[in-house]
Amino acid sequence: MKKILLATTASVVLASNAFAGGHSTVNIGIILGFTGPIESLTVDMGAGAELAISEVNSAGNFKFGEIASTRADSTCIDSAAATAATERLITADKVNAIVGGDCSGVTTAMLENVAVANGTVMISPSATSPALSTVADDGLFFRTAPSDARQGEIVRDILMEQGYKTIAISYTNNDYGKGLADSIEANFKAAGGTVTLNASHEDGKGDYGAEVAALAQAGGDILVVAGYLNDGGKGIIMSALDTGAFDNFYLPDGMIGDSLPVDIGPDLDGAIGAVPGTDSPGAATFSEMATASNFKAGPFAAESYDAAALIMLAMQASGSNDSTVFKSHVMDVANAPGVQIFPGQLAEGMALLEAGFDIDYVGASAVELVGSGESAGNYREIVVQGGKNTTVKYR
Amino acid sequence: MIDFLNALTLLANYIIVPGLAYGSQLALGALGVTMVYAVLRFSNFAHGELMSFGAMCTILCTWALQSFGISLTILPTALLAIPAAALITVLYCIIINYFVYEHYREKKIDTNTYFIVSIGVLFFTAGLIRLVIGPKDQNFSDGVRFILKARDFKAMTGLNEGLAIKTTQGMTVVVTLILVAFVFWFLNRTRTGKSMRAYSDNEDLALLSGINPKKVILITWIITGILATVAGALYGLDKIYKPFTFMYLVLPVFASAILGGVGNPVGAVVGGYIIAFSELIFTFAYKKFLFYILPESFSPDGLVQLLSTDYKIAVSFLILVIVLLIKPTGIFSGKTI
Repeated sequence: MKKILLATTASVVLASNAFAGGHSTVNIGIILGFTGPIESLTVDMGAGAELAISEVNSAGNFKFGEIASTRADSTCIDSAAATAATERLITADKVNAIVGGDCSGVTTAMLENVAVANGTVMISPSATSPALSTVADDGLFFRTAPSDARQGEIVRDILMEQGYKTIAISYTNNDYGKGLADSIEANFKAAGGTVTLNASHEDGKGDYGAEVAALAQAGGDILVVAGYLNDGGKGIIMSALDTGAFDNFYLPDGMIGDSLPVDIGPDLDGAIGAVPGTDSPGAATFSEMATASNFKAGPFAAESYDAAALIMLAMQASGSNDSTVFKSHVMDVANAPGVQIFPGQLAEGMALLEAGFDIDYVGASAVELVGSGESAGNYREIVVQGGKNTTVKYR
Repeated sequence: MIDFLNALTLLANYIIVPGLAYGSQLALGALGVTMVYAVLRFSNFAHGELMSFGAMCTILCTWALQSFGISLTILPTALLAIPAAALITVLYCIIINYFVYEHYREKKIDTNTYFIVSIGVLFFTAGLIRLVIGPKDQNFSDGVRFILKARDFKAMTGLNEGLAIKTTQGMTVVVTLILVAFVFWFLNRTRTGKSMRAYSDNEDLALLSGINPKKVILITWIITGILATVAGALYGLDKIYKPFTFMYLVLPVFASAILGGVGNPVGAVVGGYIIAFSELIFTFAYKKFLFYILPESFSPDGLVQLLSTDYKIAVSFLILVIVLLIKPTGIFSGKTI
């Protein structure tokens, strides 16, 4: 009797599992800093990821049927809150994979504390700390954004081309800021430049006068502000302009967004910077798709679309919605060889994979995953003119 | 001579001008804390949030004025909004006093309980502010931004160093001087002010001589509400209004009040300026300053910075601890906490 009971229970469990595998919807978690210092960017980022999901849903040729998505707030800076939110996504919402996190510190915490332990794939659209290249991730972590080791080279190239020889750096005191500032300093010094001061600032303060005073005393032709555009980074620039400490600013990726030139006003005109971006045909298509869906192809929105797309394509390619299985297919669908897939062509990609063909997902941000699974890095160089970030060229 | 002028301009731009403005804001805050301590005999930890509440009301009134198209052209419109905002803040103080503090005063509860109650008021006020205006930054400064621009100063004098004076900095100092002078005049010259001082000196004697405690407390909250509104509005105008930062402003405000002598209005004002200047002086990098005043061979390579700017808040904390250890009554011999 006992044996029969056990057998029945086991078969019921197996059957329901098989049933679940065949028909249940796949759930993708989208965890970004919807509140916090980059909240003005995450509106478009979240919409970008959801656009990819709705595109696949309306095509209807995804192996596992309808895909659901669940949003969660990473806060960008509070690792404990981000870890708890990820825990909830995986255990309560049963997500199969995660698009996120956004900022490097919380992403590292989410990956090490939750994702690796639960074997869940995470594809971050915007975590750029060089430390994430070497983190022990069991092959679960990818990013459609390039490492800041690459951004350091870009910053060096732009500054050197513009003839800046001495720079001062102010970075936000976390993994992202520190990693980027160190990468810029190392690259700039190696190229023969001088870094007068590389000091941190804390986000969330009302007054950055003292920080700017120290930077001003160190001197430099240009101030590199490796911070956040809705928080300390903005405060540093305002204070530097108020005291006349610096007139020239370099803005890394965390500082580029439409709100900054508006908040600071005409004094910011002439500031230079670069943000991940590409002039590939995919970027233009994505921009049109975004406008049609009532959001803007702002910084990291394309990367978010691509992160979600890669997850779904890898599931299709591997024939499994289990992270531990499809993780090994992410690189395959992202890179050559294969048929190139652009935004708006996810249905074709799904069909090709179903028929057994190889694809090379180019997507909205010209995805090319290198190393341990991070974007090789295309950057859009900008200059602030007339209260807008205008594109100079792509590198 | 030119080098000396450059060095002087440098100090003026980075220490004296911001120090005067920040010191004025702290002085107004500390004056409010001291008034409550002198009359009601407890440390009002909710004072930071009260400043935030006042600043919030100023912002809302500024928006209302701007929507009617009213502005002060060169000065920030907020200046016009402050009186109305102060009225709302005073009403809020009176309501809180009536429903919270009065209840405990009648029970003659000890000061420790009082200050725990004030922490409760702190969190309530903080929550109310988040509800009304949200947690985001608000920039409500309009009008001409600078009295003197760094670039113009350089062009005018031909010096290497620039000196910038923001309109809000100048306004902060002027408004503080007027308000502090008014409070001193009120306390020393008017009958009500004298009755407040009498009540503060000896409650029982004051009661015997017919002073109405409810009236004294009411006046105290009116003055505290006005001071908090002006301090908060000026701080928000000069920097940026961030609801979260006022929680951290409480520490330097209390350090100022205690340094000067709690319960002593003159002490609060002096304490405010001392704390502001020491925060700036201890965290300033003197590299360029020494470069100007020392012969070339002596000019330093390092930043010559006593403390990293990360430790700015620690300066007021350190002063607070030293004062409490060595002279708990403060410079002007106030009461001991």
